[in-house]
Amino acid sequence: MASLKELKGRINSVKSTQKITKAKQMVAAAKLRKAQAAAEAGRPYAQRLAEVMASLSSKITVTDNSPKLLSGTGSDSVHLLVVANSDKGLAGAFNSNIVKAALTAARRLEAEGKTVLFYLIGRKGRPVIRRNYPKSILKMFDTTDVRNPGFDEAEKIANELVALYEEGRFDVAHLFFSKFKNALTQEPTEQQIIPVPAPKAAAVTTDAVVEYEPDEEEILAALLPRYLKTQLFGALLENMASEQGASMTAMDNATRNAGDLIKTLTIQYNRSRQAAITTELVEIIAGAEAL
Amino acid sequence: MALHFELVTPARLVRSEEVHMVVIPGTEGEMGVLQGHAPFMTTIKDGPLKVYRTENGAPEEVLIQGGFAEVGANGLTVLAEHVEG
Repeated sequence: MASLKELKGRINSVKSTQKITKAKQMVAAAKLRKAQAAAEAGRPYAQRLAEVMASLSSKITVTDNSPKLLSGTGSDSVHLLVVANSDKGLAGAFNSNIVKAALTAARRLEAEGKTVLFYLIGRKGRPVIRRNYPKSILKMFDTTDVRNPGFDEAEKIANELVALYEEGRFDVAHLFFSKFKNALTQEPTEQQIIPVPAPKAAAVTTDAVVEYEPDEEEILAALLPRYLKTQLFGALLENMASEQGASMTAMDNATRNAGDLIKTLTIQYNRSRQAAITTELVEIIAGAEAL
Repeated sequence: MALHFELVTPARLVRSEEVHMVVIPGTEGEMGVLQGHAPFMTTIKDGPLKVYRTENGAPEEVLIQGGFAEVGANGLTVLAEHVEG
């Protein structure tokens, strides 16, 4: 039986933990709203660009002269896995789910005899992937010095990826991030980003003859890197919303657990206090009777 | 007659309004877009976009980078990676 003082100490320590988890939960809730708004605000651009890409790619045929970002390098032996994680923990299984999805894909690709390389965004995925594939990490992109990864980061990452692609370091790139469904569910998602998969053409095509200036192929070549950036940006936004959602849920659970723990500990504390008082009384009464 | 003009960046919809004319610095030369322009698509040089709210008013300049313009049935849409002003 723990002494009264010990119990009191434990209750206090759980209480202060609860305060932290509660605060983190509220912060996550506020940030989630912001992240959702940002994801929403980014949608018109992505949608328009996808529409334009779809109508363009339906007009040209992919040949050997097409931009490499569209047609591929011609082989598919080296796969780059771009894994987007966050920099902070306290978000439940958010980061480990993404890493797990990436590692599963890596094993699958290796079983097929392909070479796997990693490009890591964010800090949290590094240790696990480094342990599993110590020699395959091509690059780690640091986002610790920016508070909210934005379009500038997406642009930098896209430029690096395109540069590496043009150097011939890899043939196919997959992006791993967490898709935001709602605050409770986030879905680790895999998406091929290089070569750029042609967006599905919209069902309705306008009858009007559209003029292109310069011609279709040049516009497409100019838009491909932008499309890549937009995809990365979208993934970063989704990831951010997912992180906050996961964090909110995890912290909510933690707060509730702490509450339960405090309740049991308090009952235990009261019982032992009562037991101590009863014992004392019994001793006094026994003493008085003995006189 | 007014032209529906939308300026969109990856982060947000910067503006969506009715204007008189917009002058776009296209990669193959500047062009003014009025209401009823034929559909076209073009890439844009980094530079100022001139927005004329009224026919005789002074233009408002918006600096854009990494732009792309599309004219369709529902007006002019400019997609830009960076916008200043």
